[in-house]
Amino acid sequence: MKLKPEEKINIEELLENLEDYRPRRQGWSWRNKIEDQQLGGFVYQESSENLKNNIPLPAARSFGNIDPQPGPVITTEIASGRFEDDIRRMRMAAWHGADHIMVIRTAGQSHYDGLIEGTPEGVGGIPITRKQLRATRKALDYIEDEVGRPINFHSYVSGVAGPEIAVLFAEEGVNGAHQDPQYNVLYRDVNMYRSFVDAAVAKKIMAGAEMLQIDGAHNANATAREAWNVMPELFVQHAINAMFSLKVGLPQDRIALSTVPPAAPPAPDLRINLPYAIALRELFAGFRFRAQQNTKYMESSVREATVTHTLNLLISQLTSADIQSTITPDEGRNVPWHYYNINAVDTAKQVFAGLDGLKDLLELKGEGKLREDIRELKERAVLFLEEIIKVGGYFKAVADGFFVDSGRYPERNGDGISRELNGGVAAGTIYPRAEDYLAPVCDHYGYNNLPEGTEKPCTLIGTCTLHQRDKIDYIDELDEVDNVRQRLSANNAYRQGNLLKPEVEWLADGWLSTTIFLPIKENIAEVAALEIAKKMGLKNAEVIHKEIIHPAEGTLVEVKGQVDFSINIDQLEIPEKEEPLPDEEIREYIEANVLRVVAATVGEDEHSVGMREIIDIKHGGIEKYGFKVTYLGTSVPINKVVDAAIESNADAVLISTIITHNDIHRKNMSKLNDLCIEKGIRDELILIVGGTQVSNEIAIEAGMDAGFGRGTHGNDVASFIVKKKQGEI
Amino acid sequence: MSLKRGDNFAEKRQHLAKLSDQELKDRFWALTEQIVEPLLELARTHTSPSVERSVLLRMGFNSLDAKAIVSKVIEADLIGKGAGQIVLKVAEKEGISIQEAGKSIARNKYSEMELKGLFTGVIVNEA
Repeated sequence: MKLKPEEKINIEELLENLEDYRPRRQGWSWRNKIEDQQLGGFVYQESSENLKNNIPLPAARSFGNIDPQPGPVITTEIASGRFEDDIRRMRMAAWHGADHIMVIRTAGQSHYDGLIEGTPEGVGGIPITRKQLRATRKALDYIEDEVGRPINFHSYVSGVAGPEIAVLFAEEGVNGAHQDPQYNVLYRDVNMYRSFVDAAVAKKIMAGAEMLQIDGAHNANATAREAWNVMPELFVQHAINAMFSLKVGLPQDRIALSTVPPAAPPAPDLRINLPYAIALRELFAGFRFRAQQNTKYMESSVREATVTHTLNLLISQLTSADIQSTITPDEGRNVPWHYYNINAVDTAKQVFAGLDGLKDLLELKGEGKLREDIRELKERAVLFLEEIIKVGGYFKAVADGFFVDSGRYPERNGDGISRELNGGVAAGTIYPRAEDYLAPVCDHYGYNNLPEGTEKPCTLIGTCTLHQRDKIDYIDELDEVDNVRQRLSANNAYRQGNLLKPEVEWLADGWLSTTIFLPIKENIAEVAALEIAKKMGLKNAEVIHKEIIHPAEGTLVEVKGQVDFSINIDQLEIPEKEEPLPDEEIREYIEANVLRVVAATVGEDEHSVGMREIIDIKHGGIEKYGFKVTYLGTSVPINKVVDAAIESNADAVLISTIITHNDIHRKNMSKLNDLCIEKGIRDELILIVGGTQVSNEIAIEAGMDAGFGRGTHGNDVASFIVKKKQGEI
Repeated sequence: MSLKRGDNFAEKRQHLAKLSDQELKDRFWALTEQIVEPLLELARTHTSPSVERSVLLRMGFNSLDAKAIVSKVIEADLIGKGAGQIVLKVAEKEGISIQEAGKSIARNKYSEMELKGLFTGVIVNEA
């Protein structure tokens, strides 16, 4: 299967022959960085290889559609509970610049004692199974071919089945995973001894498969009351996992620290977060840094979240990030929706492009407050380690509630997470290995009584699945009802038929949101907004965000709801796009017939970019065909435009109108039409209007010959004028 | 159990004050190594149901069989020998394939006594 940009990915086809699918590579891929890359007349110091198929930032329209790809790998987290729908979101995210797809597991999987099989639906994530991994990795193979850059697939090796999940990931070509036994202990209450015994084996398997590992330390600042106070502890958690991993056999450059700037505005963000970020990169030089964005202080405002994340990106740029994670700005209101993944990826891409070469412009102070803060953080971390040893080691320290205490260590507030040595999930389930313990497989950590001289342990059994994937015993489905086939047949009309519904997570889920301003106080606004949603026909409406704009004057409310109807796309009248004449034909006509055009932005409107693009030769505008253009500038009164048309004996008038307050754009169109009639020149003149809010329909309604909106180029306008002159229109 | 304590950093840091940045960093990593050593030793010398199931997966068993085999091996109190080794020994003794041996254990073909016998010289009964 090869993806075609204009066609949807075929999920049914993707699911065929999964039993025969083999991943085409294993291990992690970094981007190919290019120093001093020339793009659209700019030189980017820190960009990476361009994509083959991509969607640039909206403003790229004015920059020759360049789409500079930043140096760091960009992560997006996708998991809606249905992998078949997630795959489509992954494709969209890849086109915008994501090359690290992180899949969240369904609630409860970390306490599941063993592997899950088949394709059951998940809650807040997907059940990670062999079939789901295989289908997703296969889809990512096609998607990476389409965009022209390797895409890293990532999930979690935690819970009470860590070693098995690690084997599954190694076998199925998963490229990266979270693995940190401390996460199990602190946040999943898995028994601490079990967590570390399992972790060593899991890490060894990950090392063999050349996977990248990300740790779980950042969860401490998502949990602690005042996140910035746990900074000394964060160093300790990173260090324990990093050293444990190194000793098990993961190389330093595949051990990534998950680091989040702990504070967020209105706190003085940079003053707190920057010293921490620098101290971390100094202490852990040689490891990799996965910069995550702050979630702790996210509310339901996507605007606020985006600004916090932009500051987080500034920290990454001022220090370093090998992987830049993104958090969807709607996480405080929804299970992330499709387009918020895209927004988050675009935010990272935009900020990195904007900050390219920052280190050439400024450098961080080598003395004073910044250095003092850095030093203090490191000393506090060293004191933390000293006390762990003093109380009798790591396990004892966990039992004593050292971790996730909201005090700034050595301060302790007594509110840390404490776990019992022999408590928690799966307590009492580790067993001493006997002297004759044997595991006849590769990448196994720990004591193994292999016959002397054994180089490759799996030769004892012929071979193992890590060396011969044909040995894998593939299970397709175990549940006849809860599986992807059933789900696909239930919504087939929306995938292969002619029905269409709004969608945010799952195909045809029907959800949409609407933004309402109400000139009244909050408590009334909220109820009123739901009433409005009801009258609009939205089902299951919920307020997902509200903001007091003023206690009496008004409230902003965002509401989501579902529509229970579908659109039949076959019954829609889609206006046919006018095909412009070939350039040659336009040129030939102009050579034989001189055409004069008067152009202006009319009314009190200073926008000139759009009009210049339509006329200027250097933007591919109509001048290149030989049109004689008189450009009158911006904020030109309509009568001046008409006078100039008469004076220059023009064939066509182009007006641009961007501002639409009080319908001023329509009024200006009508005024132009009326004045031309009054002066007796309307029949000889072609009147054309352009602007972001202009459509051909409203232009014709207002007496124009044509209207052009967003995405119009010089050739569209030139072609229209020539066709009109030739009497074709 | 959890301690409450004010911020006594100024007093506690005295012994660190004179260290250079590099010395401080070296101390940070030396302490970490000291903390991690016993954790590695614990992992080196112990196994768990998930560790053993991961061995069986690597040997080519599916997750259902791996789970059943490990349960059986734990019941027979033989997990310390390694579940993979039990399967291997059954295969050798019975002259059957590793897959067949594992599935037989999963399907309760052998009693605890018979499995224990693999290590004490008692011959596994046929059928």
